[in-house]
Amino acid sequence: MSAVPVAPPRRLLDAEVDGVAVRVPEGSTILDACRIEGIDTPTMCYADNLTPINACRVCVVEVEGARTLVPACSRVVEAGMKIRTDTDRVRHSRRLVMELLGSSVDTSLASPDWHRWQDQYAADPDRFGAPTEPMEAGERDRRWAGHHHEPTDPALAETVAQPVKVDNELYVRDYGRCVLCYKCVEACGTDAQHTFAIAVAGRGFDARISTEYAVPLDASACVYCGNCIGVCPTGALMFTSEHDMRAAGTWDEDRQTVTDTICPYCGVGCELELHVQDNTIVKVTSPADNDVTSGHLCIKGRFGFQYVQRRKKDRT
Amino acid sequence: MDLHLTAARPTDEERLAVDGLLGPEPVSNDRVVRGGHEARADRTLLLPALHALHASEGWISEGGLNYICERLTVPPAEAYGVATFYAMFSVQPQPKTVVHICDDLACRIQGGRELIAELEADVANGDWTWTRSSCLGMCEQAPAIFAQRAGRPDVSLGEATVATIRATAAPDSTVTCAGGVTAPQVWDPTVRAGLRLLRRVGDVDPTSIDAYRAAGGYAALRRAVDLGPEGTIREVTDAKLLGRGGAAFPTGVKWKAVAEQSVLPHFVICNADESEPGTFKDRLVMELDPFSVVEALTIAGFATGAERGYVYVRGEYPLATERLEGAIAEARVHGYLGDDVMEHGFRFDLELRRGAGAYICGEETSLFNSIEGKRGEPRNKPPFPVTQGVFGKPTAINNVETLINVLPILELGTEGYSSVGTEDSTGSRLFCLSGHIEHPGVYEHPHGVTLGDAIAAAGGVGGGKRLKAVLLGGAAGGFVGPDRLDARLTFEDARAGGYTLGSGVIMVFDEDTDLVDLVLRIARFFRDESCGQCVPCRVGTVRQEEALLRLVSGHTMGTRADELALLEDVADVMRDASICGLGQTAAAAVRSAISTFGLFDGEGS
Repeated sequence: MSAVPVAPPRRLLDAEVDGVAVRVPEGSTILDACRIEGIDTPTMCYADNLTPINACRVCVVEVEGARTLVPACSRVVEAGMKIRTDTDRVRHSRRLVMELLGSSVDTSLASPDWHRWQDQYAADPDRFGAPTEPMEAGERDRRWAGHHHEPTDPALAETVAQPVKVDNELYVRDYGRCVLCYKCVEACGTDAQHTFAIAVAGRGFDARISTEYAVPLDASACVYCGNCIGVCPTGALMFTSEHDMRAAGTWDEDRQTVTDTICPYCGVGCELELHVQDNTIVKVTSPADNDVTSGHLCIKGRFGFQYVQRRKKDRT
Repeated sequence: MDLHLTAARPTDEERLAVDGLLGPEPVSNDRVVRGGHEARADRTLLLPALHALHASEGWISEGGLNYICERLTVPPAEAYGVATFYAMFSVQPQPKTVVHICDDLACRIQGGRELIAELEADVANGDWTWTRSSCLGMCEQAPAIFAQRAGRPDVSLGEATVATIRATAAPDSTVTCAGGVTAPQVWDPTVRAGLRLLRRVGDVDPTSIDAYRAAGGYAALRRAVDLGPEGTIREVTDAKLLGRGGAAFPTGVKWKAVAEQSVLPHFVICNADESEPGTFKDRLVMELDPFSVVEALTIAGFATGAERGYVYVRGEYPLATERLEGAIAEARVHGYLGDDVMEHGFRFDLELRRGAGAYICGEETSLFNSIEGKRGEPRNKPPFPVTQGVFGKPTAINNVETLINVLPILELGTEGYSSVGTEDSTGSRLFCLSGHIEHPGVYEHPHGVTLGDAIAAAGGVGGGKRLKAVLLGGAAGGFVGPDRLDARLTFEDARAGGYTLGSGVIMVFDEDTDLVDLVLRIARFFRDESCGQCVPCRVGTVRQEEALLRLVSGHTMGTRADELALLEDVADVMRDASICGLGQTAAAAVRSAISTFGLFDGEGS
């Protein structure tokens, strides 16, 4: 099934990527142009189903005439634009962004692509020193903008490591893995759910995703749609089922199957992907390119699978 | 969106404080529901509402925030995100009076550190507390303090001592802002006669519109009205006025671009969020000649077809805020603002907005977000402000000094204005002389004056000592050595010579200064003031501080050369890949100090 095209046809623009002439529809981003050309471009905060926020800066490219590098994910191609994706400056900035992120955040659960890019750019996050000890629970939430925190030991690289927040039965928030890509805030807000339960709070390195006054989720506006989990690129937001299984050492994606189905709870017809391990549903996703959902679900589609399993348990 | 609030309720005092700004809560019944676009349009009042609450209670409680959210239809998580963005807002209970003590560059070398050491030994009692602060914009009166006092007006003071701090914090304190005339040139009649931007400073009552008019005020607006919008823009363009905020963009080009936009409405904004360490010229102008800012912004509005303007004043500038508010009110009463300005049929009014302690809000797109009631995070450019500025509308934003230059342009004509300065850098410029200088203060010099002459005009290095270094252009600028005293202070010379005029900072350091200490303070400044949006700046400023601390301590990872290479790597990514000017310049001064003075050569391992 494909969507019915409703927009008028777009004018085509001529530009140049790495010396090769490209022709893209007006309004395309540099990232679109790179993808058309088959140029592998690292991304972290970008997602196909969200408005580009261009905060991570790992996709930067060089545009002739521009003083600084520009983010490929959001910068729109202009006619005659000359783009270079593999200069020393570009490679340096991409590598450093990976190193800075890797040195401050646990990115071990980021996508396989991310790990591949890290190797490809020879990123060495350890060069800034061993990581600092995790902070006490809530300590980062109390950090006050503009009030300096002297590094306790400059031989250690400051990180965002902290205990996992577990305050409900459906999902956990492991902000030691948060790269501050803003995706969850966008999905909770104007890009999908319009619930606005979370926002970025604080400033600078102390900036963090937070509810008001860091209250637990059940006191916040959260409706447990789980769309923040769906867009999180680093596993900072995770189904409780997955989190518990990982803790127990039983999480094994090689043993998981994915079953496509349609959510039965209402008439919208959201496509679900049921991730099953050992005949148990362990998480539910929806494809980002699905016409109905754009990857987003509600609490019933996202977490309603529990009923299936609980009923089964009740019977035995 | 359904507004979901926690159970916390406001106290009566908190309610009153917010109602004082927003008016009494409308009586609601089941049939009238206020919501939708109309309610959400009030979001722009979020920062003023937070100010009102904080000024009354001394902190922002959960109940108080909930009440603001209810009144403005703002989700509490977002309002909390905004409140915690600003250094002046506390979301935890704290004493009624909080004194911010500057330990930034100019103050730390002139008593700021000793003051803090004294306070550390002599702990404050429960009624008040103190905290270290980055530059408060009173470098010529070092050491400076700024006191937030719940229920009473904020106060900023220069040449602070423990005694004056205690007097300021006392419950029955009568201390008010001093507002000294710290522009030494105005006391010399022969020099004074040649001043343009400072000509009224110290001589004309800043609270009286009649005094302003008697001293030539509003002649420029009259000339603008005679010339018409296009003629006014032509004058500004022909006079080659370049922005004084640091980017040196041609003002006439900016105004023309806004005037030509078909999208309405247009906005004009005066960027008075002067926060670059070492900069205090705009503060002096706003405190001592506030009507000139109001008049110049009115001209900008007339020229660009804007009916509404904003002045965004730094939160730590209580006296400038008071004087500008007074000037705006007076101008309104006398028909210089309103529906029919000067009975000439054009409508223009302006509103003052207070910042709340965020250097980044001096970046124009951050400032737009701040006015809109969002976190002061910069936006990507393009789109540029002239097409999509505040509220997504065409916006002309200029800093205070740029705007007040429009007055002499219109009064003297293009040729008269260009009679001083150089071919490409016309007119005069305000410089902020501070640090180890005999007579610190704001000085006006024609473009083309040399660095050495500017320092000599302020009495030279204090105490007859030798010059070691000068910080030019602020923390986002760079250090130069005594070998650059012949550098001419013009836009073109700066570009060619690889230095920057920035915001006109000339901070002087004598032979006994510990430059390493200054470099560390600058690194701290950028770490604290990074907004945190993009990775290069958010993490890069932290890694820069860590590496410098390692170099200072001598406990380097690998060799010193390895550490310097690491600093270079971080500096490059910040310069190349950060979203805004803050990150792009966060390593500039550090880098210039290391390379100019070989700071870490030949010490330690």
